Amino acid sequence: MSTTSPQLQQTARPPIATRRGVTLERKHARFGWVFLAPFAIVFLVFLVLPLVYAFWMSLHTNTLAAGEKFAGLANYIAAFNDQRFLSGMARVGAFALVFVPLQIGLALLFALILDEVKTRLSRFSRLLIFAPYAIPGVIGALMWGFLYSPSFGPLVSFFDFLNVQAPDLLSRDSIFWSLTNIVTWQWTGYYMVIIYASLQSIDSSIYEAARIDGASKLQTALQIKVPIIASSLVLTIVFALIGTLQFFTEPQVLAPLAGNAIDAAYTPNLYAYNLAFSYQQFNYASAISFALGLLVFLASIVFLIATRKKSGLR
Amino acid sequence: MTRKKALLAAGMTAALAATLVGCTGNNSGGGGGAGASKTNCTNEIKVQDVPVVTYWGWFEDTAQTVDNFNESHDDVQICWTNAGQGADAYTKLSTSLQSKSGAPDIVQVEYDWLNSFLIQGGLVNMAEHGIEEYKDNFTEGAWRDVSSGDGVYAVPVDLGPVGMWYRQDIFDKHGIKIPTTWEEYAAAAEQLSKATGGETLIGNFAPNGQGQHYALLDQAGAAPFEFDNGNPTEISINHNDEASKKVYEYWLNLVDKGLVGTDQAWTPEFNTGLGGGRYATAIYPAWYSIHISAFQDGDPAAVWRAAPIPQWDAANPKQVNWGGSTLAVTTQADDAALATKVAAELYAPEENKKLGVEVGGLFLAYPEMIESEYFQERPYEFYGGQKLNKDVFGKAALEYKGVTFSPFSQYYYDESQRLLSEAIAGNVSASEAADQLQKSLETYATEQGFTLK
Repeated sequence: MSTTSPQLQQTARPPIATRRGVTLERKHARFGWVFLAPFAIVFLVFLVLPLVYAFWMSLHTNTLAAGEKFAGLANYIAAFNDQRFLSGMARVGAFALVFVPLQIGLALLFALILDEVKTRLSRFSRLLIFAPYAIPGVIGALMWGFLYSPSFGPLVSFFDFLNVQAPDLLSRDSIFWSLTNIVTWQWTGYYMVIIYASLQSIDSSIYEAARIDGASKLQTALQIKVPIIASSLVLTIVFALIGTLQFFTEPQVLAPLAGNAIDAAYTPNLYAYNLAFSYQQFNYASAISFALGLLVFLASIVFLIATRKKSGLR
Repeated sequence: MTRKKALLAAGMTAALAATLVGCTGNNSGGGGGAGASKTNCTNEIKVQDVPVVTYWGWFEDTAQTVDNFNESHDDVQICWTNAGQGADAYTKLSTSLQSKSGAPDIVQVEYDWLNSFLIQGGLVNMAEHGIEEYKDNFTEGAWRDVSSGDGVYAVPVDLGPVGMWYRQDIFDKHGIKIPTTWEEYAAAAEQLSKATGGETLIGNFAPNGQGQHYALLDQAGAAPFEFDNGNPTEISINHNDEASKKVYEYWLNLVDKGLVGTDQAWTPEFNTGLGGGRYATAIYPAWYSIHISAFQDGDPAAVWRAAPIPQWDAANPKQVNWGGSTLAVTTQADDAALATKVAAELYAPEENKKLGVEVGGLFLAYPEMIESEYFQERPYEFYGGQKLNKDVFGKAALEYKGVTFSPFSQYYYDESQRLLSEAIAGNVSASEAADQLQKSLETYATEQGFTLK
């Protein structure tokens, strides 16, 4: 997932009316910067500077046989004409169309049920649904890789028992859905917690009013709860969208097991990684990364504009 | 009180900032925490205040070999680190070369990757530091593989002469003759599949065959790349000639008929297949012996033996090589002449050679060793005491003539895997896969500034 920069705190306060008020305020401001420094230094050194450097690199070319030279936008033009980049983009686009509704839909369903049913079992279920998110992505993907294994995975024993040929879950035809399953398993719990938290913050007097007006539980859920939490739904959808377009970990981990199905350019992020660290095309990889960044940015903006009434971010 | 807290905060901030700066400041040894350094060795430096040469390697015997070297030298010491095996180490090396700091003085590199690092300006020409005097210590093929044009860019350590590992018990049970030619191999594949109802296949054609495929191409007479570092902007690519297509067609035909598997190499799938009796042969090099004996849950009744690799023309047999490593000196070495000497002499003492053979499982590229009675007569217990080196691999190593590898191995291997996967899926024919691979390689080479010859 992408990181979101925390909102800068409003530090302006009414000045304290003392004789030394001005110096005190200045002192506070100075200490404010000191407190900010640890974050600011890390932010500058590890995010802003690399971004600037990568952008500079993306405007140059450096070939194996010749040297480095300024190339202007040539790398970007090449990127948007690169069939492998474009088909990777189309693939993550398709993933987004499947992942996002599936994950958010399931997360919403679970959150609504857990909000309604309040027993010890429901608290346990809440933990259970969230647990996959607590497993690091790489470990999760490795584990699924073994579960999918066509020669010793548990599915094989199951199908053997039925005397049916087990499907190869790592083949070209099935890898899309195998990856969908891993990602949904991993992220649904996380989105559920966000949605559940905002459901918890709804004033219960609204439910009381709805009950008095004769609304059924289903009507309360669909026509009262969902519209009220629309803004956090938009937030989770944007998270899911950005995460999906930057899809990397799971295909990277499964690639050695499913080399027939996952190639070096399976997703744009994987392509950029391989270009840089396998093919030494650091400049072109930077351009691919910025091109991907641009498309992710555009997709998020389009989505936010399309939903600006629901999200309250007018 | 507030003042105290503020001071504390300021102090902690300063400390944090200092540690951050420290990461980049302590750079004199040629790299920060992740790079090679002379003080952060896996081994203990025995003699102080002499020049230290840094070394990245992953041989099983490296820890002992380096200790031996350090004990027997009071003028130079080796500082060794395991930077990962194969691809992991190469990614680090590439990144160090790109960032112009952090590479070690000496690095273990497999033969097929030398040109890829050479073209990045990463390797020192050892011919300028007197490596020629060691030439006769090594086999002809090994020396050819570390040379490019007039330059020599690494010291050979071990080779991977290719043979055919096979399940004697399976062949005996079905009364099938051990194949000596590819024609017999295909016939045996049919027999075996018929006899077992397709339960047991003769072997596997991995889409990510990499060095294995290169050896098979070499055997058929294909020479996919011509590249000479004396003239590094020119390259000749011939990956869709008759010989290359012959190899692809042969194997993809077996795939089509369901007579060989298509598991990825180096996966649990393939290892279980081979260990559990799904595959009756593996066209693998000498160094695979330690893998076969280590299969988890292997069939306890399995009887493994080795035989020479099947031939296209039994009258004119051709031996091939897959894998094996070299020691190269990087252009970031402080003293390239000293590093060259250390690399050349690490496996020179008899004692270190034996460590390589016995601890490292290495098939050393020294003819003197290969021909020695110690090596020829060495029985391999897991293989029923078979004298593998005498029967199969010694001859193969001595007859191997060497090849020219691509200067962009990773791209070549990835594209070859992609197109072979397409062919296995039935989307393209073997011949089309070769043509498309040729086109892809030509396009990439041109983009990278090479002129096609």
